[in-house]
Amino acid sequence: MDVNFAPLLPAIQVLVTALVVLGRDLFIDEGESKGVLAFYSLVGLALAAAETGMLLSGRQESAFGDSIVLDNFALFFTMIFLLAAALTILSAIDYVRQTGIHEGEFYALVLFAATGMIIMAGANDLMVFFLGLETMSVAVYILTGMWRTSARSSEASMKYFVMGAFATGFLLYGIALIYGATGSTNLNLIAAYLLDQPSEWPLYLIGGGFLLLIGFAFKVGAVPFHFWVPDVYEGAPTPVTGFMSVAVKAAAFAAWARILLYKFSPLESDWTFPLWMIAVATMTLGNLLAMTQSSVKRMLAYSSIAHAGYLLIPIVVGVEWGGLPLLFYLLTYAVMTLGAFAVLTSLAEGGEPRENYQDFAGLGFKRPFLALAMALFMLSLAGFPPLAGFTGKFYLFRSAVLAGHLNLAIIGVLNSLLSVVYYLRVIVAMYMEEGGVEGRSFRQLPYVYLAVAVAVIGTVYLGVLPGAALSWSRLAFFSLE
Amino acid sequence: MAPTGFGELTLLLAIPILGAAALLFVPQRQSVALFSLSLATSVLDFFWSLRIFNLFDPRNGAMQLVERVPWMPSFGIHYVLGIDGISLFLVLLTTLLMPLAILASWPIKNRLKEYLICMLLLQTGMLGAFVALDLFLFYVFWEVMLVPMYFLIGVWGGARRVYAALKFVIYTMAGSLLMLVAIIYLATRHAQLTQVFTFDLLALYEVNLPFDQQLWLFLAFALSFAIKVPLFPFHTWLPDAHVEAPTAGSVILAGVLLKLGTYGFLRFALPLFPEAAQAALPGLVALSVIGIIYGAAVAMMQSDIKKLVAYSSVSHLGFVMLGLCALNLQGVQGAIYQMLNHGLSTGALFLLVGMIYDRRHSRLIDDFGGLWQQIPLFSSVLLFVTFASIGLPGLNGFIGEFLILLGAFAAVPGWTVAACSGIVLGAIYMLWMFRRVVFGPLTNPENQRLKDLNGRELAVLAPIVFLILYMGVYPQPFLARVQPAVELTLKRILTAAPPPMASSKSGEQPDHGR
Repeated sequence: MDVNFAPLLPAIQVLVTALVVLGRDLFIDEGESKGVLAFYSLVGLALAAAETGMLLSGRQESAFGDSIVLDNFALFFTMIFLLAAALTILSAIDYVRQTGIHEGEFYALVLFAATGMIIMAGANDLMVFFLGLETMSVAVYILTGMWRTSARSSEASMKYFVMGAFATGFLLYGIALIYGATGSTNLNLIAAYLLDQPSEWPLYLIGGGFLLLIGFAFKVGAVPFHFWVPDVYEGAPTPVTGFMSVAVKAAAFAAWARILLYKFSPLESDWTFPLWMIAVATMTLGNLLAMTQSSVKRMLAYSSIAHAGYLLIPIVVGVEWGGLPLLFYLLTYAVMTLGAFAVLTSLAEGGEPRENYQDFAGLGFKRPFLALAMALFMLSLAGFPPLAGFTGKFYLFRSAVLAGHLNLAIIGVLNSLLSVVYYLRVIVAMYMEEGGVEGRSFRQLPYVYLAVAVAVIGTVYLGVLPGAALSWSRLAFFSLE
Repeated sequence: MAPTGFGELTLLLAIPILGAAALLFVPQRQSVALFSLSLATSVLDFFWSLRIFNLFDPRNGAMQLVERVPWMPSFGIHYVLGIDGISLFLVLLTTLLMPLAILASWPIKNRLKEYLICMLLLQTGMLGAFVALDLFLFYVFWEVMLVPMYFLIGVWGGARRVYAALKFVIYTMAGSLLMLVAIIYLATRHAQLTQVFTFDLLALYEVNLPFDQQLWLFLAFALSFAIKVPLFPFHTWLPDAHVEAPTAGSVILAGVLLKLGTYGFLRFALPLFPEAAQAALPGLVALSVIGIIYGAAVAMMQSDIKKLVAYSSVSHLGFVMLGLCALNLQGVQGAIYQMLNHGLSTGALFLLVGMIYDRRHSRLIDDFGGLWQQIPLFSSVLLFVTFASIGLPGLNGFIGEFLILLGAFAAVPGWTVAACSGIVLGAIYMLWMFRRVVFGPLTNPENQRLKDLNGRELAVLAPIVFLILYMGVYPQPFLARVQPAVELTLKRILTAAPPPMASSKSGEQPDHGR
């Protein structure tokens, strides 16, 4: 057993932070401010980010019997998770106080979930991957239901848990079948088996691969396994929704990329067509249903389904061209979506969610900077240049064209056109309608605004000067080889 | 060897952005300061474009003042700007119309700061699209333009503004997104043939694709540009957008934005895919001529002056397309000239309609009549611009239309004869409108209190009136600078080598950054 804690360093840092937050929480008296816990959490995340940055280099390390690896791919996703966790905590500080969610537990659970995600991204063994997945999932189930006075929140938590358990069943069954066929849960050994015996695969190996596929499709909310998404996203506390639609999705795609896209790439031809169907159905249905929503939060839930569809394009495209756009798009998607949810969070007042289109009416001239940020996020999600969403989509469609999936690129751009309709509706409400915010007072929420500012900077930076992030994404994906 | 620029064009694009950024720090209440700052910015940009005009070598048809900065070099994306005789005057038209449009926006009272910021950002987008020589960069500017225009129509527009703004964006994006795929595909094919992945327009000019691929790519580009022009039957967004847009928005929309469609044909669609373009030419000619006659016929039936001018744009842009499709020197030169003419005369018409609307809050022809007695200055300017619009000899419209018809007659005589009826119809609807608005007895008592043009409005109109006259009597400085670039473009289109028959699908895929 080779004991090397370097690959686990960020995960351990986040885990320890979570424990410190939980412990410190015990010594804060009733009625005292718990702001220090958010501070601890952010410091812990910053330390983890610093460690991740230090580990960033060309080196490849593995530890614990090759079950967890340290490579640029894992570190890339670790950065996304840390960013998502930090922005979620920042935008949640005021929200949890207003809604009466237990602060200490909330921050600690976000950190626990991040720990699980980091392990997922670095897992080189199906069992370790599963451990990370469950650590993440259980924490997020609880986070979804943490707003205990809201019936919707409890309902969402229940739904998410049942559906999640279902997906877990698929994953475990798939892992078992793959273990039965290859005699190992280690990804390197499985990949070696697939390359050694390119034709004599037992049918249940392919079946196991498909079960894994279904499990992943559940987790990312791809059609036809998307039914839980709108209700869960709508019911969960808004910062948690942002966290789910970014970090949980990114974690699932990280595992998907490492396990299925890369290590199982010999099986690629078996699932290209089903995945093609899933990708097209996911983006089209997500966009069509997003158009019909009257709640912005629910619209964002459907839009996250649509974006899962776009993110499936590089997976259909395959390992040769798909890697870089997948990673880069996840990065761009993370900043703009977290920003949109942060704005949505800032509108909530007391127990009142204020998340319908008419709650945005007139915001543009009442809160010009907040509305400008929201407009940027919407335009970016719709794919207008020179914002992050456009660059991300550009590389997605480029990979589709390069790999000969021209039809996928065309379906993708037509879907972008559909999405313009509902993203612009938010802008219409903010700038072209009256009422809504009339007579409402706005409290100053410095932490949320900080989160929004970070997201704005990210959205513009990744759109105008994507060079560094692109080469980083490329390095990250090629570190898998 | 074309002279290389040192940031002249970048500065041209940067001035409006810097002005917009400065506006952010001026408080909303100080409307005079906001106006002066944005006006100063646009005037400065105009003077800077005059400097570019001076630096421009009139005998050179190639791209000048070229700037090239790596942007995402490993993906073949560069920040490439350049200007030639085709884009030079369109840039000047943009920088000229923008200060006039801002000056004409004086009556705007609500949310002035955001309005002016939108105008300046719009200017950068339009100028960028005219000077971008990298397809990726061009696409970025092409889309960037949409957002401020969307806000201008949607926030400061008329009663159905939200509908019109959304229609404008959806129509334009429907075309441009397919163009995006075509751009990516073109660059990919170029990479497979030459092992170099690039979006550089001048490099992509050299690609010879098989005919069927050219055809699909041409159709994708042409759809995007045809919507923008707008070519019949893709014109239905235009009346809505024009009628609902605020005056300055209409001026910019008609004056500059529509030209981007015809410019796109000339710069991108035709020379990039010459064989497909020549095959598709009969269809384009037919649509242009249908547009000429249809636009004129519908304009005749309008009761709203602004709508009439909007439909007359469809007709006039049909002429421009006809000239481009002639693919000879006279036709294309005339088309470019007519783009400038249309920008000036239709811009002036929209300004005049806006001025009368500010006074009367009506644009219906029936509400007017006998204006000559009450507001002679307004009426005489309207008369002058009407004459320019219908192509009276001695004014600019005549030169453009004459050259277009000359060129088109050599290429497609039958269609050209049909197009001539558009000129007759144009004279009919414009003069009929003019008679009903300006002549006759002053029956409507509300018109008896109308005030004539004030100094600010005269200042807005005077440069346009001057240019209409100047370009009508002395076109040579313009045509001489346009000619070398047009000849080069035509050579590119007409002498394209036959495409290699071998399908290059089997070619090795180069490593260009997956």
